[in-house]
Amino acid sequence: MPRKTNILAQLDWLTILLYLSMVLLGWINIYAAVYNEEFQSIFDTGQRYGKQLIWIVLALAIAFWIVVVDGKAYSFFAYIFYAVMLILLVGVLLFGREVAGSRSWFDFGSFRFQPAEFAKFATALAFAKYVSTREQSVATPRNLAVLLGIVLVPAALILLQNDTGSALVYGVFVLVLYREGLTGYVLVLAAGTALLFVLSLLASKPMLVVSLALIEFFSFLFLSGRLKEALVGLLVFGGLSGLALGAAEMLGLETADEDLLTVALVLANMVFVVLSYLKRVPRVYTAILVLLGASLFTYSVDYIFHEVLQEHQRTRINVLLGLDLDTQNTGYNVHQSKVAIGSGGWTGKGFLQGTQTKYDFVPEQSTDFIFCTVGEEWGFWGSTIVVMLFVALILRLLFLAERQRSSFSRVYGYCVVSILFFHMAINIGMTIGLAPVIGIPLPFFSYGGSSLWAFTIQLFIFIRLDASRAELL
Amino acid sequence: MLNPYANRKYVIGMIVVGVSLAFVARLFYLQVIDEDLKIAAANNSQRVVTQYPSRGLIFDRDERLLVDNEAAYDLMVIPKEVLPFDTAQFCQILEVTREFVDVELAKARAYSSYKPSVFMKQISSEKYAIFQEVLYKFSGFYVQTRTLRKYPLPIAAHVLGYVGEVNQAMIDQDSYYKSGDYIGISGIEKSYERALRGIKGVSYYLVDVHNRIKESYADGRYDTMAVVGSHVVTTLDAELQTYGELLMANKRGSIVAIEPATGEILALVSSPSYDPNLLVGRVRSKNYQMLSQDSLTPLFNRALMAKYPPGSTFKLVNALIGLEEGVITTESSFTCSGGYVVGNFRMGCHHSGAINFLMSIQGSCNAYYANVFRRILDNRKYGSVSLGYANWRRHVLSFGLGQRLGSDLTAELEGFVPKVDYFDRYYGEGRWRSLMLVSMSIGQGELGVTPFQMANMTAIIANRGFYCIPHIVKDIMGPQEIDPRFLARHYTTVSPEHFEPVVDGMELVVLAGTGTSARTPGISVCGKTGTAENPHGEDHSIFVAFAPKHDPRIALSVYVENGGFGATWAGPIASLMIERYLTDTIARPALQERILGANLLAD
Repeated sequence: MPRKTNILAQLDWLTILLYLSMVLLGWINIYAAVYNEEFQSIFDTGQRYGKQLIWIVLALAIAFWIVVVDGKAYSFFAYIFYAVMLILLVGVLLFGREVAGSRSWFDFGSFRFQPAEFAKFATALAFAKYVSTREQSVATPRNLAVLLGIVLVPAALILLQNDTGSALVYGVFVLVLYREGLTGYVLVLAAGTALLFVLSLLASKPMLVVSLALIEFFSFLFLSGRLKEALVGLLVFGGLSGLALGAAEMLGLETADEDLLTVALVLANMVFVVLSYLKRVPRVYTAILVLLGASLFTYSVDYIFHEVLQEHQRTRINVLLGLDLDTQNTGYNVHQSKVAIGSGGWTGKGFLQGTQTKYDFVPEQSTDFIFCTVGEEWGFWGSTIVVMLFVALILRLLFLAERQRSSFSRVYGYCVVSILFFHMAINIGMTIGLAPVIGIPLPFFSYGGSSLWAFTIQLFIFIRLDASRAELL
Repeated sequence: MLNPYANRKYVIGMIVVGVSLAFVARLFYLQVIDEDLKIAAANNSQRVVTQYPSRGLIFDRDERLLVDNEAAYDLMVIPKEVLPFDTAQFCQILEVTREFVDVELAKARAYSSYKPSVFMKQISSEKYAIFQEVLYKFSGFYVQTRTLRKYPLPIAAHVLGYVGEVNQAMIDQDSYYKSGDYIGISGIEKSYERALRGIKGVSYYLVDVHNRIKESYADGRYDTMAVVGSHVVTTLDAELQTYGELLMANKRGSIVAIEPATGEILALVSSPSYDPNLLVGRVRSKNYQMLSQDSLTPLFNRALMAKYPPGSTFKLVNALIGLEEGVITTESSFTCSGGYVVGNFRMGCHHSGAINFLMSIQGSCNAYYANVFRRILDNRKYGSVSLGYANWRRHVLSFGLGQRLGSDLTAELEGFVPKVDYFDRYYGEGRWRSLMLVSMSIGQGELGVTPFQMANMTAIIANRGFYCIPHIVKDIMGPQEIDPRFLARHYTTVSPEHFEPVVDGMELVVLAGTGTSARTPGISVCGKTGTAENPHGEDHSIFVAFAPKHDPRIALSVYVENGGFGATWAGPIASLMIERYLTDTIARPALQERILGANLLAD
């Protein structure tokens, strides 16, 4: 049994320093975002920055408390935390208060509490616990099924609250699975799916058929490594396409280009199959399966986009892809957000000098769009520093996760890394027009007690686990 | 221990670094390279102007204008943009005091420095014209155009309802509304709010240092057009409505007239009423105060909200239920000995000898209906009085009594037809007998029915057995449709063939019965008198009628509070309404003069 040492000396103070600086910067920017001449005191608890200060102080108390608790408790009670959280998520559906279309808040007078924020770390604990108790790899069908269940149940409950943004966060657990041994194809598949989704909505139909042919070409090349055959296949497709288009032109047929190209693609594949059979080239059928899968996906995107997604979600994707410069206000908001950030220039306009962020041009200025204030008042340098703080914190946590000796701590660490990364990427991404408008907070920066506390708890549990890494196996 | 997948940390790390580098590159582009965004931001005096669509107009069934719009101008202020200005000139043009300016500015500042507040509501177009000239001198002020309601005919105030400013609760419920917006508070204005209001538009402008609008922001790319509200065509007949209000002048009560075949409301009068123009614009709150304190309660919509015992008119329903249940036939007779007497119990009446079915309606015989009602309740088929009662109640409810009809008028009252457990509680379970409830046979006792429900009941008889939910809107001239529920026919639980004898009885009422005061030259009117007992004073006079007998075009209920017996006031009023509607003239000026001259309020 290792000797008990002073826990404070074991804490990773670099992480804590990064945390403190982000929380402090967040607070200052909330002050700037809601600043108004009549209420100047930053300690005014009637205003958001005053309230945020209370949340910060309480968050530090919670952090302290988490650190003094025995590190083994988090692993021991992981499933209990998870179960309690599920009960709260069901409870909020039944008894919660509806705010702006989402039923995701418990209302206690002036204090509101959002269980979805806390569900993230509870899910991470249960996830880590399950992985740590398995002998085999996470990639066995059984383990994978249980882990997906652990992640999808809270995600589904949150989806029922109509809080799509918070539910999407759970998708990021795929990164943790990848680290723990899930095949790398999932990442390729995820990226490919996203790309194809965008292509399906952006590209013209003939372009889409060509893209599908290219996807088949590259997947065959990647799978078999046979450049020559791949090129022959592509040339056959090109030739047949040219012939078909030319013939249609000459004969004055009304047939749509995409139909001609599709016929060419089908014929090319037939030739391809025959040739490969003769030359005994492997992996041809896999490539054709990829093609079929991708085609099916493309056609279903159209359906999902128009039939499954809700109007505001469609609008956000349209705005992001530049298909729709404005329907109602979404386009205007993102545009204003970019104007606010863009007007910051190199060094920004200075503390409290931002004009764009004050006139309610940008919605949710102190919560989801807090990064606008940073961009406008602190300029390129300021916003780069904030991005770098996130990178530093995430990489530091990555490093800490890797030095854990217990798989529970390591997996939990990766969960923290992934969740932080997802929030940062989506939140900042949406303010600069690189991600769709998904209402999730910027960790440690956005106004709100639930979010700040949840991220604090999530982070400090890991700091605590790391501090006792010598004891935990 | 070396984890076989440890190298994957590099892949994850690279994803994080890659995304972050993309962000920094994007930030560099937005903040350092892209000049357009800085230009957009430099014009930071941007103004968001809401385009208020004009509210839809309201017409009567012949497209006579009932509700019109009139332009009004609200002076708005954004406190943060206010620079020191010439208060003397400002006050002189707007005819306000210096104190007013200070108070309103303080109020606006307390609300928000950045958001516009209404500084002064509804300034006249003359003042607006003068003020517009010098507006540039008053930075932070601007004028927002709005429309106000205007009523060319001072009628149907209760039906049309009124428009008022939204309160915080409404804003919380529907984010479409912003502080200072108008919304329909009652009547058609409320129930057809969505059609009438249209959709607000938004325009973004750039303004110069003098606060003058220079150009539209980003070529109007983010602007949205306002959509004008849809016009609404009501089912009201403005002439009949006007005439009804005239007849009811100086009387308390109501008239509800319905086209039986369609359920369209032709007139809905609640008296005393008020001129709807009183509740418009800046005078509204003062007038509202005055009206709500009036002891004659002109704001109270008696037609929908007042509950009276239906009196003898309810005998029609009991007759129909009796026929349907087979406890009587059109051949049944009962003896009336100047009342209905059982042991010590006596309910007065004024006939003698055998009374047959038609005579019972014609002469409104209490004894006859006491017998019918008791037979319905004591019917052996149901085993007990409470089951017999429950069955009776089921029939009554099918006439639309004791429940909201579900019209498109706001604030319908349910009325009251007691449930079985009401009597169980009152007398004890199984301890009540049909005799104890016998006053309900003649429409007295616990029953409570609104004039609106009574008119609908009359329409049912006119239709020989069905009704369409009475409604006030015929057509919406816009993308909205009227609710299909108003087209469906609702049949009562009484078979259509039982209605004809009752209709014959109603015809006799007017020809040679209790309701001869409703006789109308050249028109076969079917009616029934009623008297609602009033414990507080003179009884209320009730008359229900429809005409013509075959292919009826109008069914109505008339209530005159403290009017005594049904035939005295309500009968003639119903007759004049029918004559007016069916012939467009009045051939009996003397009768009309008597009604118009009557003042039943003087006491």
